[in-house]
Order: sequence, then structure tokens, then C-alpha cells
Amino acid sequence: MLEVNGLTKSYAKLVAVSGVSFRADRGETIGLLGPNGAGKTTTVSIISGLLNADSGEVLIEGKQVKSDTDPVKLKIGLVPQDMALYEQLTANDNLIFFAALYSLAGAKAKSAIDNALHLVGLADRANDKVKTFSGGMKRRLNLAAALLHDPQILLLDEPTVGVDPQSRNAIFDNLETLKSRGKTLIYTTHYMEEAERLCDRIVIIDHGKVVANDTLSNLHKLLPVTNVLAIELETANGFPTGQMLALPEVKSAELLQSTLRVGLHDLSRGAPIVLRWLAENGHSFRHVASEQPNLETVFLSLTGRSLRDS
Amino acid sequence: MIPFLALVRKDLKLFFNDRRAVIVGLVVPILLASFFGYLFGGQRGNAETSKVSVLVIDQDGSDTSRGLITQLSGDATLDVKPSTLDVARELVRKGKATAAIVIPKDFGRDAGRALFTGDAKPQVEVLYDPSHNVELGMVKGILSGAVMQAVSKEMFSGRTGREVVNESLARVENDPQMSAPTRKALRDLLGGVQQLNQEQERTGSSAQGPAIGGLSMPFQTKEEAVTSGQNVEYNGYAHSFGGMGIQFILFMGLDVGITLLMLRQTGLWQRLRAAPLSRTMLLGSRAVSASLTAGFILTVLFCFARVVFGVRIQGSFAGFVGVCAAFSLMTAAFGLMVAALGETVEATRGYSVMATLVLVMLGGAWVPTFVFPKWLQRLTIVIPTRWAMDGLDGMTWRGLGFSAAVTPIAILLGFTVLFGAVAVMQFRWRAE
Repeated sequence: MLEVNGLTKSYAKLVAVSGVSFRADRGETIGLLGPNGAGKTTTVSIISGLLNADSGEVLIEGKQVKSDTDPVKLKIGLVPQDMALYEQLTANDNLIFFAALYSLAGAKAKSAIDNALHLVGLADRANDKVKTFSGGMKRRLNLAAALLHDPQILLLDEPTVGVDPQSRNAIFDNLETLKSRGKTLIYTTHYMEEAERLCDRIVIIDHGKVVANDTLSNLHKLLPVTNVLAIELETANGFPTGQMLALPEVKSAELLQSTLRVGLHDLSRGAPIVLRWLAENGHSFRHVASEQPNLETVFLSLTGRSLRDS
Repeated sequence: MIPFLALVRKDLKLFFNDRRAVIVGLVVPILLASFFGYLFGGQRGNAETSKVSVLVIDQDGSDTSRGLITQLSGDATLDVKPSTLDVARELVRKGKATAAIVIPKDFGRDAGRALFTGDAKPQVEVLYDPSHNVELGMVKGILSGAVMQAVSKEMFSGRTGREVVNESLARVENDPQMSAPTRKALRDLLGGVQQLNQEQERTGSSAQGPAIGGLSMPFQTKEEAVTSGQNVEYNGYAHSFGGMGIQFILFMGLDVGITLLMLRQTGLWQRLRAAPLSRTMLLGSRAVSASLTAGFILTVLFCFARVVFGVRIQGSFAGFVGVCAAFSLMTAAFGLMVAALGETVEATRGYSVMATLVLVMLGGAWVPTFVFPKWLQRLTIVIPTRWAMDGLDGMTWRGLGFSAAVTPIAILLGFTVLFGAVAVMQFRWRAE
């Protein structure tokens, strides 16, 4: 459905993306995960035709976009990171306008608008001006505007930035519905939990380069640990993290504020060893939980940096 | 066609939804044009204008100087007040008076002598405010006429005149260097004046007869404002509404450019560029919507001027529509050029506002171009707004035919092509 081969784009001395490649099949959701400035938006801009790559190609069903009016563009729907709506117009007027950009008018447009508004749950606000909407509602309308011409590929550039958890969940529900309809979704985010929830495969980008491209389960296999024991200590001051690494089964140990996160190869064998050592050395704790390692851990493992610190 | 119409319709909808834009685009130019129209002569072209303030310092105190002051005071365009030299100088310096006329001591006698014998002429000093050069010329003209009338009246019928004539006769008789024919001619002339004076003194009717009042201006003036036809009075609002319309439409065009610059930094631009739309359509639709908005503003302004101030299109209606349409297109292209050449919104706003004001000023939208120096008048040939003003003036109060609109329309369309070409060539399409 979508093939991205060796995209490179530079601005003067700054290399924004370098040799980015991945593919997305029909009905597949690909997450482009990376910190701010990693090159995600540049990649999406090149795919949607907003930017020309210095080298590399984008193929949509085997065809390149050759001009501004190339019909291949009809297969793409873009949800920009910035809100792309006219605040002074009603939701309906906005959608009529965006439908017309794809030559939809009359009954066809009305049907497309009704469907899009129902999908994002804004049918009852169709005649309200966008400026009266909450941030979450605007984000949902922003999504609806990209669906009117029924594109096969949806490019979503951080579509949940600045929204409340409830609206975020609503958007996730909308995207899952679209996925179930066979749409191909390219989803950029720096929230690993979003990528974990939505994406079939994840392309991790850092400093413009792809550092990993695989399914979530395969990415987990890249990790040196399969489980994490999170222990909330009574007193974290002066805790000897280094001594933990000497224990059998312990592969990593990291102290974040008062929470000690210990990476273990085998949870059932390693957990008793760690807890016993803490008790014997006088380190009391309030809470213990085990976790699966997540994308944050994967990113940390691949780049040596935390997503949030990047 | 559906996308193109949608783009145009959306721009118009946004304009009319924005109350501020509509107010700035319509109400403000109407208010300013009404004010300027009143200043420029109002509806009949003869509205009362302020008089030129002139102070007179009479250091002579003779019948002649008093007669001169009376003459000056009788002029409808002057507001004459007596003063002293120091006070007058101070008031002119402060701008409270436009000019001060100093009538020197012995002015009456010296002027009379100069009239008959060519003796040294008395010097009348005129102090003036340098910011009122135009009024100075007017004051000097009125002063010359008044001096001629006052001095000649005194010489032919006044006491000073009789003394000067007698004295001059004696000098003619006793001048050994004067030739006989000249002596005879002057004796006849002065003798005639003396005889006339004696006759008036004998009859005591110095206020009768045509010659009794001395010399008077040998002509009268009859003014006729040459407008579109006989009995059609000049309407100052026609020019002011054209001028203000042009100014505010240019600002609207500027706004189009700035909005486009801002749009390029938003998700909306990404969405527009992601759609299968040509660049010609994106820029062309904006040009069309801006032209329609400009046409709408001009229509409303002139409808208001027609209803409230009686402004009529005395010339070719087709020419008027043509000039309005050509100027509207030119404005739209100007806005697109601003968007194409602009780097940042802030910087672009600054230099384009300055450029717009220069265009407005040199185009004659504020004040007619004839008050400019000659070199500047020649320069305005390359200013598109000047052609728009010429076209609108020609089609409204001058009452010219369509042929007079052809050149302005052609030149405005030429500027449209030029600005449009620059916009298309320089526009940065990619969201770098």
C-alpha cells in the first residue's frame, strides 16, 4: 500500500531525515515513534507531498506523486499536527469546504460529512462554530476533515497533542474503527503508550534515522530483560544501586526518585532474591509491582536515552 | 471547478464573518471620506472654507493706508486684523496668523510720488508663515490690487493726492534737464489731474462720478467650475470617496498577503497542499476572492456616497466599472506579491504598510497630485494608484467618456500582470 524507500532531507547543515525506509500494508497501523525533532513530521510531510525529499521515494500502490494535482493524492488523508480548521466557521461549513477540495459536493459531500461527524461523535455540534469547541473536539474534527474523501492511507501527525485523556480515548476509538475498516494508518507520536495501544508495527526514529522497525513483540525481544520489578522504597537516599547488579538474575537497576526499577531475566527466580536482599540490608519498601518492559525501555535500550529526555 | 468555487466562497465567508474586517473595510473609509469630502468643498463645491488670517500694521496712518486696509478687509478670502509689528511677528511665528502686512511710514505720499514721477517706491513688508506658501501668493496678489486702488483713489481725489500733484507740477516746471516735449506731456497730465481735483473740491461731490474713486480694476472675473456639464456642480465627496476607497482596498489587499503568509505556517496550508489542487488554483482563487471583496467595498462606498452626498457617475458607467475591476485585480495581485516576497509576518507587515501608504499618498488619494512638485507629479506616472484615482475622478465628477478610462484600465491591468508574475515566480510553496 505504502512504501517509503531511503528518504533523505536536509536543511542546510541539519539532516532532518536520513535514509528512512518502511512499508505499510492495507489495514496496518504503523507507529512512527521518536522524540520531538527526530524527523517524524518531516517524513510525514514528504509522504503527503508537502516537502520534496533530497533523495529516496514514496510509492502509494506502486505509484509516485508526480504533480500537485496527481490523483494518487486522493488516496492520502492528512491530519496535521497543527489544528487545520477555520475557527470562525461552523463544523459543517469547515467540512463542506474540505470536501469540496476533493471535488465532493451535493449528496456525496453530505453523506461523507455525516459519516465523518458520526464517527468522531460531533454530529450534534455540526452547526456550531469551531471556536466554541474544546481542544479535544477540535482534534476530533481535525481527524474528520481528513476522512471525507475516503482515503486509503491516513497520515496522523501527533493527532492527540494537547487533548484530555477522555478525548484521547475517543480518538483512539475512532482510529480503531478506521483500522477495522481496512484503512492504513501512519501514526506519529512521542507517547509510547499510544504506539503500544494502536500500532501493529513500530518504526523508531532518532536523529532522522530509523533505529528499529518491527512489531511490538519483536521489539521487546531486543531487550536484555523480559521483566521489570518496580519497588517503591521508604528511603531512597544513598541507596547502593551498584550492589544490586551483583545479584544473580539482575540485569539492570535504575533508581528514579524513590522507585527502584530492576530488570530481571526470570521474574519467578529473580524477584525473591531481590526482595530478600533488600530486607537483609535494611531497605524497607512500601510497594512492589512487576511490569512488562515497554517502548520507553526499548528506546532507552536502543539509543541510550529516555524518550522524554531527548 | 468545485474546489475553486469553494476556495473563493470560503474566503468571502471568512471576510464577512469577521466583523472587524468589515468595519475596517467599510465604515472607516466612509467616515474618513465624508470628512475629507467636506474639507475638499463638500457637496456643492463651494462650502465655506476658512479665511486666510492676515494682520496689518499701519505705521503710516494716512488716508491712503487706511484706504488700503479698507480694501483688504473687503476681500472675502481674508480675515484682516490690525496689529503691531512685534505682536504680529510673534503670532505669525506661532502659526496663529498666516501673514502680516507692514505699511511703512509715509507710504501714502511715497506711493503717490512713485505713481506719477517714478520716485523711489515705498517698501511694504509681508511677514509670512513658511508653511503657508500657497496662501502667501494669494495674499500678495490681493495686496497688489488693493494698493493700486487705494493709492490711485487718493491721488485722484484725496487731499494727499492734491498736494502730490501740485508738488509734482512744480518739479516738472523747474527741472532744467527735462526736454520740452516731456515737460509738456507731464504738464498736461498733471494739469488735468489738478483740474479734476479742483472741480471736485468746488462741487464738493467727491463721491460722484466714475473717476472720482480713482483707478479701479479694469476687469471683473466670473468663475465657472468646469465639471461634467453645465449646471453640474463639483462634488468634493466624489474624489474623497474614490481616494479612501483606494486606500482601504489596498490595505485589504495587504491583509490578503499577510493572511497568506500566516496561513503558510499553519496546518491549514498543509491540508490545502495535501489536496489535489494546482498552485494556479490556490493563488488564483485568492486573487478572485480579494477582487470580489474589493469590488464589494467600492460598490458600498459609492452607493453610500450616492445616497448621502449625491455623488454621481457623470461619465461612462462602463468605464467606472472597468476602473474598479482593474484596480480590484491589481490590489489582489499586490497582496499575493506581498505574500510571495515576505519573509516573516512582522517584517512584511512593516514594509508593506509603508509601501501601501506611499502608494496611497503618491496616487493622490489623500490630496490631489497637482499640489506635488513637478518632478513628483512626473514620478506618479509609475504609481498604479494614481491611475486608479485618475480613472475614478474621470468617470465620476469629471464626466469623461469610456475612452478616458481605457488608459487607466490598461495600466492597472499591466500592474496586475506584473505583480501576479512576481507572486507566482517568488512564492515559496514548500513548507520548509
